[in-house]
Amino acid sequence: MSGANTSQKGQKRLGSIFVNGVLILICLVWLIPTIGVFITSFRNSEDIYSSGWWTVFPHRGWVKVEEIRVPEDVDVDQPFEIAGVTADFNTLRQGVTTPDGRRITWIGNKRSRLVVVEEKRWVGFSARLTLDNYRDTLSGKEIRFRDASGNEITRKGNNLGGAFLNSIAVAVPSTIIPILIAAFAAYGFAWLNFPGRKLLFTLVVALLVVPLQIALVPILRDYTQLNLNGTYLAMWLAHTGFGLPLAVYLLFNYIGSLPRDILESAFIDGASHFTIFTRLILPLSIPALASFAIFQFLWVWNDYLVALVFLGDQNRVVTSALAAMVGEKGQDWHLLTSGAFVSMILPLTVFFALQRYFVRGLMAGSVKG
Amino acid sequence: MQNQPRLTAGNQLINWLTTGVGRLLVSIFVPLVTFLVLWRGFIFLRDSNAPQLIIVLVAIVWGVGGVALLYGVSNWLVEKLSGEWVRRLQPFIFIGPAIAILFWYLFLPTIRTLVLSFQDGLGRSFVGIENYIFAFTDRVMLEAFRNNLLWMILGTGFSVGLGLLIAVLADRTPLEKVYKAIIFMPMAISFVGAGVIWKFVYAYRGEGVGIQEIGLLNAIVIAFGGKAQPWLLLPPINNLFLIVIMIWLQTGYAMVILSSAIKGIPSELLEAARVDGANEFQVFFRIMVPTIQSTLLTVTTTIVIFSLKLFDIVRVMTGGNYGTNVIANEFYLQQFTYNHSGRASAIAIVLLIAVIPVMIYNLRQFRERRAF
Repeated sequence: MSGANTSQKGQKRLGSIFVNGVLILICLVWLIPTIGVFITSFRNSEDIYSSGWWTVFPHRGWVKVEEIRVPEDVDVDQPFEIAGVTADFNTLRQGVTTPDGRRITWIGNKRSRLVVVEEKRWVGFSARLTLDNYRDTLSGKEIRFRDASGNEITRKGNNLGGAFLNSIAVAVPSTIIPILIAAFAAYGFAWLNFPGRKLLFTLVVALLVVPLQIALVPILRDYTQLNLNGTYLAMWLAHTGFGLPLAVYLLFNYIGSLPRDILESAFIDGASHFTIFTRLILPLSIPALASFAIFQFLWVWNDYLVALVFLGDQNRVVTSALAAMVGEKGQDWHLLTSGAFVSMILPLTVFFALQRYFVRGLMAGSVKG
Repeated sequence: MQNQPRLTAGNQLINWLTTGVGRLLVSIFVPLVTFLVLWRGFIFLRDSNAPQLIIVLVAIVWGVGGVALLYGVSNWLVEKLSGEWVRRLQPFIFIGPAIAILFWYLFLPTIRTLVLSFQDGLGRSFVGIENYIFAFTDRVMLEAFRNNLLWMILGTGFSVGLGLLIAVLADRTPLEKVYKAIIFMPMAISFVGAGVIWKFVYAYRGEGVGIQEIGLLNAIVIAFGGKAQPWLLLPPINNLFLIVIMIWLQTGYAMVILSSAIKGIPSELLEAARVDGANEFQVFFRIMVPTIQSTLLTVTTTIVIFSLKLFDIVRVMTGGNYGTNVIANEFYLQQFTYNHSGRASAIAIVLLIAVIPVMIYNLRQFRERRAF
């Protein structure tokens, strides 16, 4: 009896180790790319190009201990003796390891006559970390940095700080305006009677999955005629339009399920619909409003297509500024990594602070494509 | 006559304001002032050279306040009317703006795009189904269709599969919340940000003496004795490397939805099966999966639609070059690089047609669920 019990317990523990092992493995795969970018964004820009980000962690690596010039009169095509080994140019280029654990490597071409002696040592305790990358991405001024081969490069800053402000100017109203409009509409659909009510709501449901690509070309034409391209207003209206079906649908489900007697007693007290809505329904709907708000905020903040089309190169938001950086300086990792983190910091904060509401919105909105 | 209130100047004004003419004037005056204030705000935002922070703050106040003000003022106007008219008009104050915006931004554009899709590149003359012939037969489009199919099958398959696996496994550990938060985290990251993160993983420095690979993938490959590769430039396998990014982003979504469905399964059901001697795999495939079938379907559909419209990742990572083009990127290229709105519109209509089954399903669900 007890034998079977312990074996069952053992099996359970084995199972739990297996389950946790698999999960930890998956979580590592999920986290490591982001950690890499995070660490890189704080590294000295020269270091970024000369070694992988994982070298900031303590590890045993080759450290240069000596540089030797090969005298001009040595024929390097024949084996010659240097730093305790005998080898020719071609072998030295590949690197020769001595029995006592040193590595001797010829650097550069045949004429450089430079040989480096390295030793394995513990490194990574004193990684050069800096905030310079952030300074360079955020500011709009001219910036100077050294590239991989040590050349000084001057470039115009990316002004990601400005883009960050633009993103706020786009995202905050693009979140609040559709919520307000949708809450009014949801109340109208749920509690008011008017001709065409059912037809109009069916339209809302039908529009839930319409891909926004369908609207870009006609709306762009309207904006060109109205001279709205590149303005915040254009972005607010576009995001309102694209977010509205889901917002109306979600809030309708919520507001429509509020108990009827609350409204009726308010009516008997002589309140108008407008008063009931602003004083009673809005405060009661805060959980639903918050769910949608987080949803919409993350969506707008992370949107790239709409910003690309309607803002163009004016008033760039963080996503389009970052994408432009990828296009223009695809290898300047010190700028790209810090830029990526600037673009992520606010949505990640909002997300982790209000995850519960976000999940609720996600559940309710899983009808949307 | 002693009780007659003395008519002070103030009372006179109020009296006058409540008579017909006065009321009419106020009704015109208030909207006019509202309009002027909003217009001044718009001009300020458009032309001002104030520091950006101030402009941003003014913009937020103007935008949000403006909408609230419009509702307030229009409702105020309607409530000035007689009871019968209030009853008739007020619903349209509530739903009017939403319906107007939906019409302008989604309903009309659908029709206008449909018309454009039968016109030439500049929208001047009708060309019949030429654009659709392009959309369905051109080599570029066929490649995009093939890639989208890859995205749909592999991307969705892995996102849902992994999401389900994690949901089931995490359900059995005390650290569930931590695991789920980590997997869920990419949902908060933009596709552009994710693009940078993964571009760094795939980074390739090229050949040369003393060059260290700084990309994680190449470093791993080298550590196992392989050779560094420019992963994103190798068709057709580069598509898989892009799809990995989508899986990274979407698994969290599938996991959260499926996890809540699994928690909704009555525990007696699972216990009964276990008592009857079913092993964990049988419990999973015979009981869990059938019970959460409809949720699985919803999640799968949502991610399929998502992968159909996918744009940002491809745009940022490869720009659609090296055999990685997708439909939504070709739409963007046609419209904004080649200036061919006809073809772009036809592609958009193709995307729309692809989601119509889901639209019908949603409508049917809606009609069944609620006696509206």
